[in-house]
Amino acid sequence: MKGRVEIDEGFCKGCGICVNVCPQRILELDADTITPKGYHPAQCTDEDACTGCATCALMCPDVAITVYREVRP
Amino acid sequence: MSEKVLMKGNEALAEAAMRAGCRYFFGYPITPQTELAAYMSKHLPKHGGTYLQAESEVSAINMVYGAAACGVRTMTSSSSPGVSLKTEGISYLAGADLPAVIINVQRGGPGLGSIQPSQSDYWQATRAMGHGDFFLPVFAPSTVQEMADLVYEAFDVADRYRTPVVILADGMLGQMMEPVVMPEERALEDLPAKPWATDGHRGARPHNVVNSLFLDAQQLYEKNVERFERYEQIARDEVRVEEYLTDDADIVVVAFGAAARIARSAVNDARAKGIKVGLIRPITLWPYPSEAIRACDAKAYLVVEMNMGQMVEDVRLAVNGQAPVEFFGRAGGVIPRPDEVLACIEELARKEVVSHG
Amino acid sequence: MAEMECVFKRTESLLPVVTNYCPGCTHGIVERLVAECIDEMGMGGQTIAVVPVGCSVMAYDFFGCDAIEAAHGRAPAVATAAKRVFPDHLVFAYQGDGDLASIGMAETIHAATRGENITVIFINNAIYGMTGGQMAPTSLPNQVTQTSPYGRNPAYAGYPIRVCELLSSLDGVAYLERVTVDSPKNVRRAKKAIARAFQNQADKIGYSLVEVVSTCPTNWGMDPQQAFAWMRENMLPYYPLGVYKDVVADGYANVAEAATARAAACPLVSVSKEDDR
Repeated sequence: MKGRVEIDEGFCKGCGICVNVCPQRILELDADTITPKGYHPAQCTDEDACTGCATCALMCPDVAITVYREVRP
Repeated sequence: MSEKVLMKGNEALAEAAMRAGCRYFFGYPITPQTELAAYMSKHLPKHGGTYLQAESEVSAINMVYGAAACGVRTMTSSSSPGVSLKTEGISYLAGADLPAVIINVQRGGPGLGSIQPSQSDYWQATRAMGHGDFFLPVFAPSTVQEMADLVYEAFDVADRYRTPVVILADGMLGQMMEPVVMPEERALEDLPAKPWATDGHRGARPHNVVNSLFLDAQQLYEKNVERFERYEQIARDEVRVEEYLTDDADIVVVAFGAAARIARSAVNDARAKGIKVGLIRPITLWPYPSEAIRACDAKAYLVVEMNMGQMVEDVRLAVNGQAPVEFFGRAGGVIPRPDEVLACIEELARKEVVSHG
Repeated sequence: MAEMECVFKRTESLLPVVTNYCPGCTHGIVERLVAECIDEMGMGGQTIAVVPVGCSVMAYDFFGCDAIEAAHGRAPAVATAAKRVFPDHLVFAYQGDGDLASIGMAETIHAATRGENITVIFINNAIYGMTGGQMAPTSLPNQVTQTSPYGRNPAYAGYPIRVCELLSSLDGVAYLERVTVDSPKNVRRAKKAIARAFQNQADKIGYSLVEVVSTCPTNWGMDPQQAFAWMRENMLPYYPLGVYKDVVADGYANVAEAATARAAACPLVSVSKEDDR
């Protein structure tokens, strides 16, 4: 794992912009979950594939995504 | 202590405002208040202040709103048509609980009206300085000295109650020259602290927000209730009125501002003819000195105004049907003459003799 | 397990508050960029936000700096006064198209021509969002809105205003750039422009405005991706991206220098004037 995203369901409004811009194609809206505000939140489908590029967070209008990246030795 | 100087009313307003600590003036040219803005433009920069001629009255009052939010003493001045434009911003000042001083050197109306003196914005000043549920203190000077003293005080009242305050003058007072003793210069560092101001939190407190929007009905209601509790306090503590020869008066003349000067002459003339007449001069138009008017228990009242009859309604509310309340006024820039007012007093005195023997 | 470091998190001047914006609304992106720029300058404690009437009316709850809620369109006047009171603070107005280009156009033009040393962030999404999708001063010809149900007909409703082009003729203006936030690349460009507009203020160069061509998925009746596509197809040709004025790039220190050079033939203008602010 090179990167990791944390998606805060309290902020995510399920707009899908992150899903569309993720270069690894590993984000999707979780149809099985409904947030307290009534949205299907984004989720990461393949944590191993995340590079921590933060493109999702850069585009997220609700600042729902925090991104971590592996520190290179 | 300052010595007596000869000044125009408009200039006295400007000089006293600066001495009260006002360093931010935003205006737009309009007759007959022009000398005030001109004086500010000349003197404020020398006191480290800002004079800014805005693109409109609307902009000027919103600049006042911005400066007031930042915690400084600020003022704008205009005349009747311009004040109408400012009412949007005045409502926001009231809604955001911001202190500021607004001068209205009235002229005849409605519409473009005239450039002659008038008192036809009484209703606007006391009832309708913008939309929404609010009042604001309204001071009505009657001499150039009072122009200076009341604007000086207005800044303190504005700060004490976190409210905009209006000085309701008119073209006659604005243009006339009289000797005046200027109040002492206030040191800026002695002005009241404003911990609510948007002056940059520097990481030392939560952010301050100046705002009049409350989408929650209950919250807005409570804001209004709190504000009206403050209004009750203002009504209790800030009423100002001058009584002249009212102790034994059968007839009481009620007049404010420039009209009170004319009324006073007429009262003196009537006294010389043996008529027991006095004068009540409201200095605050809101809160209104209803109690003083009621308390003099006259047999008849005469209200003299430079309009078609506006304050007369407040006198009737105060008297509440206990005595007749007559009105004499001239409007549109025509000034009532003392002999006309005297004739009204004599007419009332005759009626009193007829009805009371 | 390898050590992880945080590479993207909410910046301090953007409070952890759920906004009132619709899903996919670009207000959230732009407000984040503004807050990041303020924090990168270390100025969060010395910034005053002036927020408008419109969808971002409650932005005073989102920004961590002190904030003033202005009447509709009056943000430039309010910001003018705040800046005159605190010349060394950052003061910015955040406004939508109805607020800035319709009801507040006089305030906008005059703050600009006075060269007020403020930063204006202008969100242009060609519609009144808060009130439910009415025609805006920047709605395109033939654009269907709630109050142009047959499409905006210029014969009756006139033409949209191109704000950057309009303001570019004014001497008080230091910097104008039109950006958008539809892609990671454009978001980075937008942030550079916003950072520049704030830096100009710190350097006392003059009035700076960044126009962000934005979307309104809800009132346009599209999903966020369709809205970006519609914006690229229809709005960007009408509102081309780019720098519309930059007095520094033109070789001047500030607007005063640029304005004096422009009017060099006028003898009255070349009299040097002491700054009495």
